[in-house]
Amino acid sequence: MSAEQKKPPMISVQDLWKSFGDNHVLTGIDLDIEEGSTCVILGGSGSGKTVLMKHMIGLLKPDRGTVIVDGEDIVPMDDRDLERVRRKFGMVFQGAALFDSMTVYENVSFALREHSNLSEEEIRAKVREKLAIVGLRDIEERYPAELSGGMRKRVGLARAIVLDPKIVLYDEPTTGLDPITTDYVDDMIVTAKAELHVTQVVISHDIASSFKVADKVAFLFKGKIVAEGPSQELRHNPHPDLQHFLQMWFAKGE
Amino acid sequence: MTTSDLESSPKRNPLVGLVEGVGNGVLGVFQTVGGLVSLAASVVVWALRPPYRLQNLFAQFDFVGVGSIVLVSLTGIFSGMVFATQSWSAFELFGAESLVGPTVALTVTRELAPVFSALMVTMRACSAMCTEIGTMRVTEQVDALETMAVNPVQYLLVPRVLAGLCMVPLLTMIFDTAGLFGGFFVAVPLKGLSVGTFVLRTQNLLAPADIWEGLSKGAVFGFTVTLIACYRGYNARGGAKGVGQATTRAMVDAALAVFIEDYFMGLLFHG
Ligand SMILES: Nc1ncnc2c1ncn2[C@@H]1O[C@H](COP(=O)(O)OP(=O)(O)O)[C@@H](O)[C@H]1O
Ligand SMILES: [Mg+2]
Repeated sequence: MSAEQKKPPMISVQDLWKSFGDNHVLTGIDLDIEEGSTCVILGGSGSGKTVLMKHMIGLLKPDRGTVIVDGEDIVPMDDRDLERVRRKFGMVFQGAALFDSMTVYENVSFALREHSNLSEEEIRAKVREKLAIVGLRDIEERYPAELSGGMRKRVGLARAIVLDPKIVLYDEPTTGLDPITTDYVDDMIVTAKAELHVTQVVISHDIASSFKVADKVAFLFKGKIVAEGPSQELRHNPHPDLQHFLQMWFAKGE
Repeated sequence: MTTSDLESSPKRNPLVGLVEGVGNGVLGVFQTVGGLVSLAASVVVWALRPPYRLQNLFAQFDFVGVGSIVLVSLTGIFSGMVFATQSWSAFELFGAESLVGPTVALTVTRELAPVFSALMVTMRACSAMCTEIGTMRVTEQVDALETMAVNPVQYLLVPRVLAGLCMVPLLTMIFDTAGLFGGFFVAVPLKGLSVGTFVLRTQNLLAPADIWEGLSKGAVFGFTVTLIACYRGYNARGGAKGVGQATTRAMVDAALAVFIEDYFMGLLFHG
């Protein structure tokens, strides 16, 4: 820690609790994510990673706790304030969640139509630009069902960044993809940070990917963040559950 | 604590189980009704707020209303014919065949038209609605709308429920016409009643109030069945199977709701 104080974190989650009935999913989460950094939330399947991410964007209300986004506590906010805050976000969903009744062009331009008064030409230019960033062209008129999994994820990212958000959330961007596409998506996340200067939160259970894209990795286990730090440090973190998770992963990989 | 639970469970009185089951069922009904009422309130609130997405609204008018015209017309003609045939054979016994026209007219406008139009819309449009919204829910498309600062109730539910509210009365009118035509066809060309008698008797006994009764029932049923379809879809959980279950429940609930509302609205109109 240096003497000069850093900027406040872009996202700060404090003492967050959430249960669904008897299922106590989050039991006291504390996590800060610095502006302009990429934070990976690592954890097993069903450990509550998606639930945690949905709290950051206000899709779920906690039983207890605080979620501060860009200086504002979003937990007590009503729909209207939340809509304002949500424009700072783009989110890429686990299954891409593209609107399957719409073409790629309509999907990517959706938020522009809803929230801007751009002309059709400006919209078209913007959609082209965002699709180029994710490495796609000439697929505007296709429907999501006609795309491969990797392409859908990329269209999902193009849709998420079309309003130039400050924060991009990725829910398991590489799950279910082949190794080459996984590399491609990892590169995409690194590029997005470099080119768009956004704060990014990535959910993953893929350790190799995580270490590649992360400035910081946070390990979610039994409802708490039990270990966090830069990837290299985390590898040597003695927390037994984390070490177990890492060993499982590397054993599986070999 | 858990051990004592386990020990007591085999000895449980079956009656307790029955009472518990009924209790849970009643609780479930209250939960559903509560959920529906609060969703209805939020649909109304979001319907009034801009932006008004007319394109979505007209697409639903087209799907729910225009798309059901042929089905509702056919149902109307055959219902009118069936009803005329039955009432003819009854009235024939005491020489009151001239009353077939008004009997068909009153039954169709007050009851059959709104009930059957709503049921046809339930089968044709609401099942598709529930499946579509349910699929969007379980594949996180609803969440995606929300993250893009678009309210899903306003974007998805408002146009569908408004379409039910406006289009079922319209279909009721079409059913009225088709039903009367069916009744006329049986009574006049098939059974030989004179055109004058049919028209005059019907005109004398059918009041505008009867038409209004049918139309207002249509509006209430239309609102309810689309609301139920949206509610079940919107709350669907757990993949394709969950969406299928939600749709089945929506169909059952919507049909049941139509008959229950029909009875109570009848009380409202006729004491
Ligand atoms: N809307 C919900 N209602 C009830 N339970 C939920 C809901 N969302 C998630 N859960 C439960 O919370 C737990 C964590 O889910 P999730 O965050 O999706 O896990 P993952 O870490 O794999 O993303 C799971 O047990 C899931 O069943
Ligand atoms: Mg998840």
